[in-house]
Amino acid sequence: MTEELDTGRRHFLTVATIATGAVGAAFAAIPFLASWKPSARAKAMGAPVEVDIGKLEPGAMVKVEWRGKAIFIVHRTPQMLAQIEGIDAELRDPGSKESEQPAFARNPARALKPEYLVLVGVCTHLGCAPLDKFTPGDPTVSAGWQGGFFCPCHGSKFDMSGRVFKDVPAPTNLPVPPYRYLSDTRILIGADAGNA
Amino acid sequence: MGSTSKTATTGGGRLAALVGWIDHRFPMTKLWKEQVAEYYAPKNMDFWYFFGSLALMVLVIQILTGIFLTMNYKPSAAEAFSSVEYIMRDVEWGWLIRYMHSTGASAFFIVVYLHMFRALLYGSYQKPRELLWIFGMLIYFALMGEAFMGYLLPWGNMSYWGAQVIVSLFGAIPYVGDSLTEWIRGDFYISDVTLNRFFALHVIAIPLALVFLVIAHLMALHEVGSNNPDGVEIKKVKGPDGIPLDGIPFHPYYTVKDLVGVGVFLIIFCAIIFFAPTMGGYFLEHANFDPANSLQTPPHIAPVWYFTPFYAILRSVPNKPMGAALMGLAVMLFVFLPWLDRGKVKSIRYRGPVFKFFIISFAISFLVLGYLGMQPATPLYTNLARAFAVVYFAFFLLMPWYTSIDKTKPVPTRVTYHAH
Repeated sequence: MTEELDTGRRHFLTVATIATGAVGAAFAAIPFLASWKPSARAKAMGAPVEVDIGKLEPGAMVKVEWRGKAIFIVHRTPQMLAQIEGIDAELRDPGSKESEQPAFARNPARALKPEYLVLVGVCTHLGCAPLDKFTPGDPTVSAGWQGGFFCPCHGSKFDMSGRVFKDVPAPTNLPVPPYRYLSDTRILIGADAGNA
Repeated sequence: MGSTSKTATTGGGRLAALVGWIDHRFPMTKLWKEQVAEYYAPKNMDFWYFFGSLALMVLVIQILTGIFLTMNYKPSAAEAFSSVEYIMRDVEWGWLIRYMHSTGASAFFIVVYLHMFRALLYGSYQKPRELLWIFGMLIYFALMGEAFMGYLLPWGNMSYWGAQVIVSLFGAIPYVGDSLTEWIRGDFYISDVTLNRFFALHVIAIPLALVFLVIAHLMALHEVGSNNPDGVEIKKVKGPDGIPLDGIPFHPYYTVKDLVGVGVFLIIFCAIIFFAPTMGGYFLEHANFDPANSLQTPPHIAPVWYFTPFYAILRSVPNKPMGAALMGLAVMLFVFLPWLDRGKVKSIRYRGPVFKFFIISFAISFLVLGYLGMQPATPLYTNLARAFAVVYFAFFLLMPWYTSIDKTKPVPTRVTYHAH
């Protein structure tokens, strides 16, 4: 037995105790942090929804709810489809390269069938709901307006395919949710052919 | 004071005996003397020094009214909006308690902004008060979180969309943004789950943190001592008794003075509660009288006035991550003031014209940005917000330069004081 204090040993034990305690505290924090993730119930309520589009008039839009988000379904007329032609130079992401959509929607029409546009109606800037301003030249948007969607919160503008214009706060096009046709008039939103 | 405490300890009597009994077991008299009766504050503190004690009083009002609101409020998406209506219409005096709480939120920010501006005027964040300042900033951040989460609870449509906008800001963080927002909401959108957890944070977690931070703030203050309008350290000139010559005991001198501030404050506070509780839509926004609707954004989303200066900066940037980053920076820069300021003097009384120019332009930019943040984002307003954001950031980022070149006046060794 030595009378001298072994400071090296004491230091090692102190550090080892602190380290073990810290690791234990970190593991103990996991259940609390994980309890903030969407619960089983929230996930179940986020299941796909079925929509009947048979009664949607040409030029009209219907809003349905999926995962608490507004889903816009627009029955586009040939004139509306003409509005998305030849404006690539004014768009930030005309080819939808930076934007969120299923692979089938990475085209100018951003849809499975061009006449039916299905979009998540949540502005990619800060999550407001864009307004449908389909009439070209609508004075409530701006002079020279080509028709599309306009976000009233911070002035972001999108074309008739939900593609974002340049010089507005929104960074990317309006997202296209996964969806597929169950029949000619029924759409399932929340699941595409890949993950039914 | 010295004589009264002597009679209290030697004079016998039941009260003195009780005090003695407690003092042997808990440092009651010691704490009272150290923190209040023998805490020597500079004798030249002016009206700017009202706002610290007022902030403390508003905290007490918020906690008290908050406790009584939770007795009738239901933190669920199905019941929240109608339970607030119930408090307003059916609960005895419920309208008063709720209006005290909602007006108290705005009053809190008014007194805190004035309290912070006092620190800018008199250099109260400078050495040795850096930690005092940082504790104060942590209180301010906690207050911002508290106000933001509290605003969701009435579950009005502005509550809903305001929360939606602010939570999506975290989505701007690269890689983890989307899962982070999902984690904060606990759902794929702002839902009952989000409301329930914001309630928990609003009524227990953040208030608890606030109280601890306020205690730390006061402990740091009483360790270093109060600054004053001259920015002179009164501890440098002490009398033979070791007491600063320019110091006077906090009690009764400043307790009595603060009581006047409390009186004036309560007159204004009550006038707002009784005659203009919504303050024309500034304290309670009109869109919040509609229940939350996840499919319908209010035509014009603006946060409550106390966040609008930062909100104006956010939306003036046509790039989401940059906008969010600049808004965060606008708030965070205050923390670094003790190290950005290279001035040799503390108080504006002895600063030069360059500092005065910058602090006035900063105050103007803060107010103008606050106004612009409430207005719709027209091209003119957006460009104005960009210009004033530059002025705002210039105050902080150019500070090391302009405070070091500024011509300062000599600082006296004693505070300037004229007897009333």
